[in-house]
Amino acid sequence: MPTVNMIQALNDAIRSAMRKDDRVVILGEDVGKLGGVFRVTTGLMDEFGGDRVIDTPLAEGGIIGAAIGMALYGLRPIAEIQFSDFIYPAFDQIVNELAKYRYRSGGQYGCPLVIRTPSGGGIKGGLYHSQSPEAYFIHTAGLKVVMPSNPYDAKGMLLAAMLQEDPVIFFEPKRIYRAAKGEVPEKEYAIEFGKANVIRQGTQVTLLSYGAMVVEAAQAAEKAAAEGIDVEVIDLRSLVPLDIETVIRSVQKTGRVVVLNEAPKTCGFAAELIALVNEKAFLHLQAPPLRVTGYDTPFPYSLEHQYLPSVERILKALKDTAHF
Amino acid sequence: MAIKSDVRTEENLIQVVRDDGTVLDKKLEPEIGEADLKRLYYHMVLTRAVDDRLLRMQRQGRVGFYISSLGEEAAHLGSAFALKTEDWIFPQYREPGAAFLRGYPLLKYVCQILGNSGDLMKGRQMPNHYAYKPGRYLSVSSPVGTQIPQAAGFAWGAKIRKEKIVTLVYFGDGATSQGDFHMGLNFAGVFTLPTIFFCKNNQWAISVPLSRQTAVPTIAQKAAAYGIRGVRVDGNDLLAVVQVTREAAERAREGEGATLIEAVTYRMGAHSTSDDPRIYADESKIEQWKPKDPLVRFQKYLAVKGIWNAAFEKEMTEKVQEEVTKAIQEAEKLPSPAPETLFDDVYAELLPHLKEQREEAAQFKHLGKHKE
Repeated sequence: MPTVNMIQALNDAIRSAMRKDDRVVILGEDVGKLGGVFRVTTGLMDEFGGDRVIDTPLAEGGIIGAAIGMALYGLRPIAEIQFSDFIYPAFDQIVNELAKYRYRSGGQYGCPLVIRTPSGGGIKGGLYHSQSPEAYFIHTAGLKVVMPSNPYDAKGMLLAAMLQEDPVIFFEPKRIYRAAKGEVPEKEYAIEFGKANVIRQGTQVTLLSYGAMVVEAAQAAEKAAAEGIDVEVIDLRSLVPLDIETVIRSVQKTGRVVVLNEAPKTCGFAAELIALVNEKAFLHLQAPPLRVTGYDTPFPYSLEHQYLPSVERILKALKDTAHF
Repeated sequence: MAIKSDVRTEENLIQVVRDDGTVLDKKLEPEIGEADLKRLYYHMVLTRAVDDRLLRMQRQGRVGFYISSLGEEAAHLGSAFALKTEDWIFPQYREPGAAFLRGYPLLKYVCQILGNSGDLMKGRQMPNHYAYKPGRYLSVSSPVGTQIPQAAGFAWGAKIRKEKIVTLVYFGDGATSQGDFHMGLNFAGVFTLPTIFFCKNNQWAISVPLSRQTAVPTIAQKAAAYGIRGVRVDGNDLLAVVQVTREAAERAREGEGATLIEAVTYRMGAHSTSDDPRIYADESKIEQWKPKDPLVRFQKYLAVKGIWNAAFEKEMTEKVQEEVTKAIQEAEKLPSPAPETLFDDVYAELLPHLKEQREEAAQFKHLGKHKE
């Protein structure tokens, strides 16, 4: 099995989806000749031509609006938003149109559109190349929202996204686009949405995370183990639908939970996870649930590593919870 | 003949039928068989009658809200008629006649206005926000102009698949101020997409006049900025609307790209039943536009052709009134949608969190004014 990075795994997934189904097209800014600013679409235009690998005008609202039309027509479009920081011009199309099309038409129409967008900080991208806007979309009924943390999941989840009958916001953790490497099968496979991945078994604290932060979560769990704290690390992978059963089963076992995400704290997805744990496992808790998140500031340029949850911050939260 | 028009001035308006029903320009008169002329007249009478009845029902408290298309019937019926059945319509909320022409059953329409269990939208949307897939009629939403890039994208999909269909998208003059208008027309220009951008310029966006939407004299001239064709037509002249839309559709089908059609008309009623034009509009404007009534003009055209006469009118009116009455009576008998349908169609399948919420909601059956 070849070892590849996440960019190669995503490229592989798109390529096999396009080979298998000629209704699959990809559109976005610079996705054609350049192969995307992160090169995820490298070589696709050569193989599939300009009708299916489309460099669009620079207009995110137009990209999503047009892609909705394509999906309604019967294509299986993938729209790339170059950075998730630039998704807001398309917010109305996503939230008011894409997400609601099935519901508002009484089920007459569906909109199977996959929106791929790199997300998160740590690449010296400053305010506008670093954001983690997933909460806006998780909050919107009608969207599925996922974020892989490694190349194997990236391929399997993107291929699963292509099988959905409903829109998917597919966040790609760009900080680990090249850093995360792993074995990825050459064949096609799909990772079912709504299934979390317990990446480390533990008995004392449950640590929930997703995307690039899973890397820090695993490192912090190792350090905690060295200090005698046995942490269970869960990579949620799919945020909508959420595998709440796996989360609750773990919390019932450990009685302690820390939620880690790099998006800002207030109204972030970590808050929702803690609310769900409180609703469903309150009497199992032996310590207040804790959050380790980005701060409620815009994403900073020079001080990004002060902003991003570090292994040290996560470790402190794990210790505070364990020793409460 | 090919329509060539300078659309940069307000005067330059394509017209086929004079107010008295006689033909102004024989070369532009579209060929329409007698059966189709009668069908169009029926739909004009029907649309006006439905609007009138439902508006009155709103005043009686039997309907929550209503949007009338009074005065704009020719613009939407003529353009919808000019398409082929395989073409698709992206609607706004003021083209009921186009939906009827596409086969949307009157009973289903009234059920949508009432939001009851007979509604194809399952009572989820406000009145006038419908979709009808069997008639290739997309879904209405309230945010203005969002359908414009979608129509371009749909046509783009067809073009990629080498299917020779056309999309037609309706919007008003207010929508031309939105970014979605710009993006939709720009994409259509860049990729030579088979789309007809049909602007029903009724000169008002609720209370804001056209002069607050644009500083140029016509909407049609905006087409030049996108490298597409622009046409300005008398929106109250059914025949002229048919002619310009047919030509736009033929060009689109032949790979010659998009057209922006500005159909100049006038909103003869309020924006909606929640609006009061007495606050902002000069009522003499309505009087000026009355002689241009699209229904009366078409009637006179048919009279000149020997199709319309008093007996025909009586028969048509009685038939339509009977149909409308029957649809309303049947629709009013139907109950509200079943409470558990609240959770259907959010996704193709019921996700676990929604299943949980549906079970919770089941304990509380009588929400609001729910009618069993």
